[in-house]
Amino acid sequence: MGNLPFLSLVTFLPLLGAGFILVIRGAPDVVARNARNVALLTSSATFLLSLGIWFNFDPSTADFQFEERALWMPAFNIAYHMGVDGISMPFVLLSTLLIPICILASWTSITSRVKEYMIAFLLMETMLVGTFCALDLILFYLFFEGVLIPMFLIIGVWGGPRRVYSAFKFFLYTLAGSVLMLLALLALYLHAGTTDIPTLLHYDLPSRMQHWLWLACFAAFAVKLPMWPVHTWLPDAHVEAPTAGSVVLAGVLLKFGGYGFLRFSLPMFPEASITFAPLVFALSVIAVVYTSLVALAQEDMKKLIAYSSVAHMAFVTVGAFSMTAPGIEGAIFQMLSHGIVSAALFLVVGVVYDRTHSRDIATYGGLVHRMPVYALVFMLFMLASVGLPGTSGFVGEFLVLLGAFQHNAWVATFTATGVILGAAYMLFLYRRVILGALVKDTLKTLRDLSPREMLVFAPLALVVLWMGIYPDSVLGVMHASVENVVGRLDVARAALDASALAAR
Amino acid sequence: MPLAEVPNVVSAMPEIFLALAAMALLMFGAFQPEADGPGAVRVSRLTIRLGVIALVLTLLLVVTIAARGPITAFGNMFVVDDYAVFFKCLVVGAAALCLLISQDYLELRGIARFEYVVLVLLATAGMMLMISANDFIALYVGLEMSSLALYVIASFHRDDVRSVEAGLKYFVLGALASGMLLYGASLIYGYAGTTGFAAIATAVSTLHGAVPLGLMVGLVFVMAGLAFKVSAVPFHMWTPDVYEGAPTPVTAFFSLAPKVAAIALLLRVMMEPFGDMVAQWRQIIVFLSIASMLLGAFAAIGQTNIKRLMAYSSIGHVGYALIGLAVGGEEGIRSVLIYMAIYLVMNLGTFACILCMRRHEQMVEDIADLAGASRVNPMMALALAIFMFSMAGIPPLAGFFSKLYIFLAAVQAEMYVLAVIGVLSSVVSAFYYLRIVKVMYFDPAVEPLDRTLGTELRLVILGTAVLIVLFFLYPEPILSSASVAAASLLAGS
Repeated sequence: MGNLPFLSLVTFLPLLGAGFILVIRGAPDVVARNARNVALLTSSATFLLSLGIWFNFDPSTADFQFEERALWMPAFNIAYHMGVDGISMPFVLLSTLLIPICILASWTSITSRVKEYMIAFLLMETMLVGTFCALDLILFYLFFEGVLIPMFLIIGVWGGPRRVYSAFKFFLYTLAGSVLMLLALLALYLHAGTTDIPTLLHYDLPSRMQHWLWLACFAAFAVKLPMWPVHTWLPDAHVEAPTAGSVVLAGVLLKFGGYGFLRFSLPMFPEASITFAPLVFALSVIAVVYTSLVALAQEDMKKLIAYSSVAHMAFVTVGAFSMTAPGIEGAIFQMLSHGIVSAALFLVVGVVYDRTHSRDIATYGGLVHRMPVYALVFMLFMLASVGLPGTSGFVGEFLVLLGAFQHNAWVATFTATGVILGAAYMLFLYRRVILGALVKDTLKTLRDLSPREMLVFAPLALVVLWMGIYPDSVLGVMHASVENVVGRLDVARAALDASALAAR
Repeated sequence: MPLAEVPNVVSAMPEIFLALAAMALLMFGAFQPEADGPGAVRVSRLTIRLGVIALVLTLLLVVTIAARGPITAFGNMFVVDDYAVFFKCLVVGAAALCLLISQDYLELRGIARFEYVVLVLLATAGMMLMISANDFIALYVGLEMSSLALYVIASFHRDDVRSVEAGLKYFVLGALASGMLLYGASLIYGYAGTTGFAAIATAVSTLHGAVPLGLMVGLVFVMAGLAFKVSAVPFHMWTPDVYEGAPTPVTAFFSLAPKVAAIALLLRVMMEPFGDMVAQWRQIIVFLSIASMLLGAFAAIGQTNIKRLMAYSSIGHVGYALIGLAVGGEEGIRSVLIYMAIYLVMNLGTFACILCMRRHEQMVEDIADLAGASRVNPMMALALAIFMFSMAGIPPLAGFFSKLYIFLAAVQAEMYVLAVIGVLSSVVSAFYYLRIVKVMYFDPAVEPLDRTLGTELRLVILGTAVLIVLFFLYPEPILSSASVAAASLLAGS
């Protein structure tokens, strides 16, 4: 088993499936059915294969594992280099878990151009997994940017009424951020003479250069994450995207930003990260308070969850830039938890949207009387989003706040208000949609969850509870890698302090 | 006459062969009994095939002669090095493929005549001469030889007022540019005492930076003339009108072969005779580059005609290529060569798709006409979407790599401002490339385009799309041949 090129298989198996779907010919309904089956089969197989990574992973080391390397552009010393460590490995699993769920969730709701839809999702899976596995700057950028193409098409072709505007906004916003990062990556490559990420993780850049490169990378990751004030593409994209598109967007795409901070900004530009940490904290605190308040005022369910995503991702930046082991582990945990929970919440919205074609909160009320199972599922994920102990959301937020307190009590205090506000808008949402009397005629004929929909939610619910009750199974994987990052940051801080002392 | 003075004809064999082939085709066409009607169409079909064969043979000759190593001939006026071979392959290949995709259009518009092929071949021969020019006189002869043929094919549809206008505009402005170039060359001759590139390089190197004003003025005039040919801002005014007015296959040809040849020429003139004056001309190139990128990005946004859009897009692409020249050195030149090779493939594919845009057997060229193409003509729409994403520079398509090497060179030379302007204008230009994808994929079809595609068109679209998508798998051949070519250009200076 050890010699199997796991990562390449997991990355490119979906592509194979996409190629297979591309050649399916026949009557439209036959093509659609086959495309669905092939897509589900491929993505499930990919998930099972990725479990192999989980079980064969050695959590005791911070080194990259499952490494694969082949020369790609020898003249430029650019290689095809894949590998995972404790930081990236959980994200690989998150991606492979969510894609089959997406495909299952759009089983009946997508009726036009099913073939293209499935191809787009499988293509996306390749890009997502590749981004987390890539250990070469250029290869990383290839996957990181390549995601834009399928996502643009998913929003634009299968989205809602303002899909064109949203698709363009999404594409251009993220592209503008990423191209600056590309220049930073090129400068990094030219300075260090290699595009090999493991080597660069231990490479010491001059401090002035760190600051510029940090800012350029920040542009890319802040847009992806998204941080206030460049978050405005997110509500638009979420609202217009089809349910499964929102799931991938919230579940995995946003994590690119946080992953980028942990993989590039913190270990490669430690001095700059220490210098700019107050900026990150300020933006994060504003994001937590401001977007939570905005979420409170939303009339559109998807928009509300989108704004809550911005607030939750601000926890991630606070945790990451607290530069303490619990903070960073909390950030990763929070990303994973948010990946599952927000994905599930979008699916929850998708369930009623498929039935009534409305996302307005005002259309609903008293659903618990018609759809008790649905109400239960909604409650579970709503509480996980709020951060109820016993669910995954609690562990992430708790660790982040723990790390933030070690660093700066004020930041922690302001961030903690997000927990309260989060509870407010989520409970408010739940009350208006699920509770109360069932008075609206349109709602009186709604059916409860179908077996297929239960199958969609079951794994997510399981993971949320498992991560909440036994978080150490996930945290244990990342300890060594996070210690490595923290160690590097401590060294940089000591050097900074020493030079500040010498200057005095 | 002593034997030693007989020029080394072998080095110019491809050009000679191509010129002879063009004249043979001219004779063949001229002596056909029918000048109009179905007979003329048949003749034009035959001549196009023969023309393609002639170009393929020329390509083989170019490659064969390349094996003999760098040669200079005709009193140092003509040079065949790896750099020339690289560009000749691009130009001849582009010309052959352009001919291949022209036939349907010409027949549809009722302008299928054998002269088209003859003119394309003559223009190509002129471009090959330009690429190999090692002297201002040879340069001028090559440039005029190709330009005269190009003026004529721009107005090849002589009953169409826009086509005639395009030809006339191109001629008047082109003649002006040629005049400027010639004037600049004469000034340079006055100060350097020679027209040969190698001799000018020696003369410049003895100046040690103290460049006489006259020489500088001469260089600026030469650059203005060449900037016109590559359609760099502010000498781009002819491009949108000519691209829009000329028959579409001619537009495709314009955006490929002459552009690539003119870039080749510009690079050689800047790097070989004036390589030691980098400090003097770099800022001009930087300005041309920034202006072209910005104009290419912003002016294209409002276009509704796809050919006009492609004109602005090509202006933008020239801007990116000029970044590589502004950087100079082997890295810079190599990045331009890679850029032009990939640009050629993308553009060829795009124009092949544009040639597919017809409704009720009539050509249409509004972007809005593409609405719903993804349903009617999914393969063409997919290919065009690939080309558009590639031109926008989205990985993993080839267009990303062409920009990657350009920006790599710029960052290496620490020209950060240029690089940042470059990437940001690429974001702006992504907007209008995406708009085409949007029209094809997101908009419902108003009135669908015809489904039928010619075999040649289909093959060219398929081939170019596959090249663009799979470039990343094995980029080594292009990279290494560009490296060799760039090294040979710098070795010659």
